[in-house]
Amino acid sequence: MDLSETPEMAAFRGEVRGFLDARRDDYAQGAAKDVLAWQRELIAAGYAARTIPREYGGYGAQPDILRSRIIAEEFIAAGAPRGMAGQGISMLVPTLLEVGSEEQKARWIGPTLRGEILWCQGYSEPGAGSDLANLQTKAVEDGNDFIISGSKIWTSTAHMAQMMFCLVRTEPQAAKHEGISYMLFPMDTPGIEVRPLKTMTGGSEFNEVFFTDVRVPQSAVVGGRGRGWFVANATLKHERGMLGDPNATEARLAALIELMKSETVDGQRVIDNPVFRDRLMQLQGRVLSMKFNGLRLLTSQITREPAGLAAMIVKLQGCELNHQLAALAIDALGELGILYTDGPHLRAKGRWQWNYMFDLGLIIGGGTAQIQKNIISERGLGMPREPKPAAA
Amino acid sequence: MDFALTSDQKLMQESLSRTLADASSLDRVRKFAGDLTDKGGDVWQAVADFGLTGIVIPEEHGGLGLTMLDAALASEALGAAVAPVAFMGVVLGPLALMGGGTAEQQAEWLPKLASGAVMAAAAISEPIAGARDGAGVTAKAGKLTGKALFVPGGLAAGLLIVADTAGGLHLMRGDAPGLTRSLMPGLDETRRLAELAFDNTPAEPLSGGAALLARLRDAGWVLIAADSLGAAQVMLDKAVAYAKERRQFDRVIGSFQAVKHMCAEMAAELEPCRSLVWYAAYAFDSAPAEASLMAAHAKALTSEVGRFVARTATEVHGGMGITDLLGLHFWFKRLGLNRQLLGGPERVREIAARLQGLAA
Repeated sequence: MDLSETPEMAAFRGEVRGFLDARRDDYAQGAAKDVLAWQRELIAAGYAARTIPREYGGYGAQPDILRSRIIAEEFIAAGAPRGMAGQGISMLVPTLLEVGSEEQKARWIGPTLRGEILWCQGYSEPGAGSDLANLQTKAVEDGNDFIISGSKIWTSTAHMAQMMFCLVRTEPQAAKHEGISYMLFPMDTPGIEVRPLKTMTGGSEFNEVFFTDVRVPQSAVVGGRGRGWFVANATLKHERGMLGDPNATEARLAALIELMKSETVDGQRVIDNPVFRDRLMQLQGRVLSMKFNGLRLLTSQITREPAGLAAMIVKLQGCELNHQLAALAIDALGELGILYTDGPHLRAKGRWQWNYMFDLGLIIGGGTAQIQKNIISERGLGMPREPKPAAA
Repeated sequence: MDFALTSDQKLMQESLSRTLADASSLDRVRKFAGDLTDKGGDVWQAVADFGLTGIVIPEEHGGLGLTMLDAALASEALGAAVAPVAFMGVVLGPLALMGGGTAEQQAEWLPKLASGAVMAAAAISEPIAGARDGAGVTAKAGKLTGKALFVPGGLAAGLLIVADTAGGLHLMRGDAPGLTRSLMPGLDETRRLAELAFDNTPAEPLSGGAALLARLRDAGWVLIAADSLGAAQVMLDKAVAYAKERRQFDRVIGSFQAVKHMCAEMAAELEPCRSLVWYAAYAFDSAPAEASLMAAHAKALTSEVGRFVARTATEVHGGMGITDLLGLHFWFKRLGLNRQLLGGPERVREIAARLQGLAA
């Protein structure tokens, strides 16, 4: 246990702060004015794609828990946007690094990191949610190609993405988990239709994607034919890490504290109400515990020791905590918390309300809270699986 | 540069756990709990032989000179073993002497504390958790008058650290005239609490004032949090083990999602506490600006999670969970005491808010 700041680290902190100070005109309220240019700058400085090898377009640094922490802290303090964090960067890139061919790594990682290629994830299907391995979208071999037919659902950014990483059934006769392949293909391939899926937020954060005789070359397969389930599990691991990102939670807590200091009821600040203040302190304790759990995970990544339970709980606890933070913000707003669309009394452009609703989706998506509890109890605590019901 | 225990720390904790498995077995704890004439001298001796009594005392005074994180790891092991040891005084006594004692006082007491020949106890509840039943101590011309409640180890301690209502700290000998001690019979019978009454009882003032009292408070919070972590982890482990063995409806009950999700929820709540306790202990020595806030949150969060784990793990055991035979209740009650001692979570969180300027 040693997190002390050496002169070297203090100098690094100064560098990050200097970088952000010098670019105050490039971002406002947590958003970059030119997203792609900002991303390129961050990679060049080592504040995004930090540990991705240079040969694939990353910054090429060794994992370093203290520098990662300093970067996160300084970005939060400055209210500066972090690098892009779409599914391509957070999920596909680590997967390709783990199991991709040399050609796939060289071709896809660089442009993905720079934000030039936006990806969407084709996993869930109407009949394959928690039971993802039951997916039925099929890819039938035809010469050097596969012909894909079927449909996907919950495909965020499908309407903007140039590419999809997708799970399809290539060996229908094989066992459920062994007949799946993981493929990469362009979204403008003939036969793909994207329909927006409107949600309770009023927006369409997700889509449905339909495949009618979509022709994809066999070279699109990552990690080997029939190996898709294992490739996908590598990706899901990264997704769960992303969905429970403690840095994002910390930033939300900071915004909540500001909200409670600035909002007043009958002239009294919300923070001065002991009930609200105690709820805030309860959540702060949890945010801190997840922050340090995150530092512990970073350390175990560096030392390559299995992180065990500390990793398995991140998605469950992190998503719930984010939802609770939004819930407290809405309660702190009281009747103002009812407002959602533009108007003179609306706060933070309705962001708290949007988060409150959208985060419920995150609690469900990426492996529901109940699936997470199965994983924690079965893999983390070694408890037996639910027996399969006898065939009817 | 990392957020992890060193191999020495892991080794120390494992070795202490093995020592306690013998010295503080459930049978041994049960006897201590049921017999007020049992002073637990053999357990204390085992802990002293291990070196624990000198854990934070500098080597030149005969101690191990270790950090608060090491002390927290020891506290965690003691909580796991529901050990009948008043460990808070073991750490707070030396901290008071080192932070506010003269060279003479340190030379007189630290070697005796390090060897375990003398036990220290800290009577600091009133200025931290608040005064109940009119308790409180006033200091006048080197004499203390009043009452201090809820003093762990206060019955047997040969050295008392006493806080007065003005925030000053005093050092009192166990044989000081005008000192009366009585047992406060509690739910947690693994640690005995004392009520101390002072009647013009002589005591030597310690320097350091409110800042030193805050240090003792932070150390106490970290140690209680670590004790809860250890006790809650054992309750979870026992619940999981039981659920893997107990059969109903021709299945082990751990295969029912209703049961395994209870275990998953306990694990998910408890695991982040570990990192927070580590950091709070580390901050006590190495990040003074954050130390108080982290100690407060560690204390408050382990109190909440401790209560959740205590009741849930008991429920997983079904009817057996509430029997005396199983002994699970020793951990349940240990967590109950930890929640209230030196302030329940509501009070501790209010202090946390104040520390950040969020409360008046």
